[in-house]
Amino acid sequence: MPTKVAYQAKINYIQILNEQGKLDEKLSRGGLKDNDVIRLYEMMSLCRHYDEIAFKLQRSGRMGTYPQNKGQEAIGAVALAAQPDDWLVPCYRENTALFLHGLPMEHILLHWMGDERGNQIPDGVNVTPISIPIGTHMLHAAGIAWAQKLQGNDTAVFTFFGDGATSEGDFHEAMNFATVLKVPAVFICQNNKWAISTPGSKQSAAETFAQKGLAYGAHTIQIDGNDIFAVYKAAKDARAKALKDGKPTLIETLTYRLGDHTTADDARRYRDNAEVEEWLDRDPLIRTRKYLESKGLWDDAKQEAFDEDAKAKVSQIVKNAEGIAKPTTNDIFDYTYETLPEDLKRQRDTMKTHSLGINPQQETLRSPTGAASRV
Amino acid sequence: MAELTLVQAINLGLEQEMRADERVVLLGEDVGLNGGVFRVTEGLQEKFGEDRVVDTPLAESGVMGSAIGLAIAGMRPIPEIQFEGFLGPAYDQLVNHGGRYRTRSRGAVTVPLTVRVPVGGGIHAPELHSDSPEAIYAHHPGIKVVMPSNPYDAKGLLISAIRDPDPVIYFEPKRIYRAFREEVPEDVYTVPIGQARVVETGNDLTIVTWGATVYQALEAMDKLPDHLSVELIDLRSIYPYDLDTIVESVNKTGRCVIVHEAPRTCGFGAEIATAIQEHCFLRLEAPVQRVTGFDTIMPYYKLELDYLPETPRIVDAVMACTAY
Repeated sequence: MPTKVAYQAKINYIQILNEQGKLDEKLSRGGLKDNDVIRLYEMMSLCRHYDEIAFKLQRSGRMGTYPQNKGQEAIGAVALAAQPDDWLVPCYRENTALFLHGLPMEHILLHWMGDERGNQIPDGVNVTPISIPIGTHMLHAAGIAWAQKLQGNDTAVFTFFGDGATSEGDFHEAMNFATVLKVPAVFICQNNKWAISTPGSKQSAAETFAQKGLAYGAHTIQIDGNDIFAVYKAAKDARAKALKDGKPTLIETLTYRLGDHTTADDARRYRDNAEVEEWLDRDPLIRTRKYLESKGLWDDAKQEAFDEDAKAKVSQIVKNAEGIAKPTTNDIFDYTYETLPEDLKRQRDTMKTHSLGINPQQETLRSPTGAASRV
Repeated sequence: MAELTLVQAINLGLEQEMRADERVVLLGEDVGLNGGVFRVTEGLQEKFGEDRVVDTPLAESGVMGSAIGLAIAGMRPIPEIQFEGFLGPAYDQLVNHGGRYRTRSRGAVTVPLTVRVPVGGGIHAPELHSDSPEAIYAHHPGIKVVMPSNPYDAKGLLISAIRDPDPVIYFEPKRIYRAFREEVPEDVYTVPIGQARVVETGNDLTIVTWGATVYQALEAMDKLPDHLSVELIDLRSIYPYDLDTIVESVNKTGRCVIVHEAPRTCGFGAEIATAIQEHCFLRLEAPVQRVTGFDTIMPYYKLELDYLPETPRIVDAVMACTAY
């Protein structure tokens, strides 16, 4: 018997706006309009400032660990492809998308300042808190998308993760659940080449990360992730397909983490500067600005005015984040359950006494003079 | 009033809550067409359709993680994990996300979830089908843990769990799934989470247990000398648990034997014994005794009855405690 081909597939790659800021007119049709591009460029640039300031806050001891988003700002184009009621289920390098989808900018700083209120998403903003453990939140995205289907909503769910996350089992379970259950989810793998110090080549032997979606019967595409036009188009197409036939898409964006993994990392330990230099030329901000300039929509004067304004804005955001009163110790307890069990109330209430939360029963072991004999 | 087994009582509770609240959906491996491997969900897919009783791919983390997503988006999912031994792959999702979202988001994101899990030994099952991991989950903040021991409580606790705004693990002691029938009201009622039940009142010693071992304890009580008056407490909720009922009882009896199937070290009996010495120290006539599984791997079924806290061991412990 002759061998037959049981299955054959290919992965398409698209780039619409190249490194020189030149647009592929055909592919860009029906895509981002000029005012969208300006809006995106401004948010990307604002976030670059935000990143720099966040870095300095950490270095000066005013904030904990922070993961810079630098180089990956084009992901914000997903938010423009999303409808207001769509959900974004992020990792932690999608600041531009979250802010464009309505998350107030001080929330992310608050999170990294060690304050859970940074995750207290305002009502009406369909965003889940940034997810620190790698690759577990895509299952929540699958479930949220499933709920949209059951509730008859015309909304989609976009979830974001890195190349490293595709090695986690939950990535595969999320892809499998989403495709088998035919839910309106879009999976966006930001392949930024490095999972802390582990390069893509040690993460997977596959030629692309996008092809992992093939195994689950998902639509797949690989795109230039520093190209806002490609990100927008891929996200918009994926959204339409997911809502039309319930078939999720796995989008692999080729991008690059220009900064360290976090402020606790030093990428010079494991990667060549030459590689970084190469990617600096592909910076999404540079090419987007070139494009805007070529259309007469941006110039040095505008940039200067924008930068001044952005610095003031970020400074106000930092003020807001730092100005919030310290949470009370009650907050440690009060959100564990909707209604606190008696024992937790006891722990909470004794925490504020001289027993400092040690076992309440030991209160009775103290001498009447208050000379505590701690056991 | 119908006489129902534990399985039938759970099935009835599921049906009534699904009828009352269209946000309630069941998901898991084989829960739909097949009605679950123990047939707990039998007939529900026929009644409510494939959208509400969903056969999922075979992946426990996927079941738990997608259920968490459903809950975040306003549904009331009831995932089934086929056996407690398969909770392992779902542990990360349940503990690190299900139990933490409310705190992490300061109340903005909540996970009303009822995780149904058959639990415990005694049914001649293969490996990883007979464990008792309730203390592991009781240890994790943000999650509630219950384990009914009879059909009436099974329905009432289930309805409480489904209506609870936080994640609840609802352990079903599989050894007594069909062991007996009991009158279960057709009306909807709840058994509050966190409330123990005094099965028998007594003055000389308190036995605290939960799940299938309630019946081992009752059997043991039949074998005790007539003059011994034993109070039996069925904990029903492992977390939060009913400290007041235990304290009141032990302050009366001065003696306590705790019985559970799970291994001894860090079993939930350890927590109860600690609470008893904190609250009843001056009333105790004897050290608190524990009759538990051993700190070993649960054996395959030829030896499972040697592992489980069967009647003779409970009788021994009670006699030792009263003779102290």
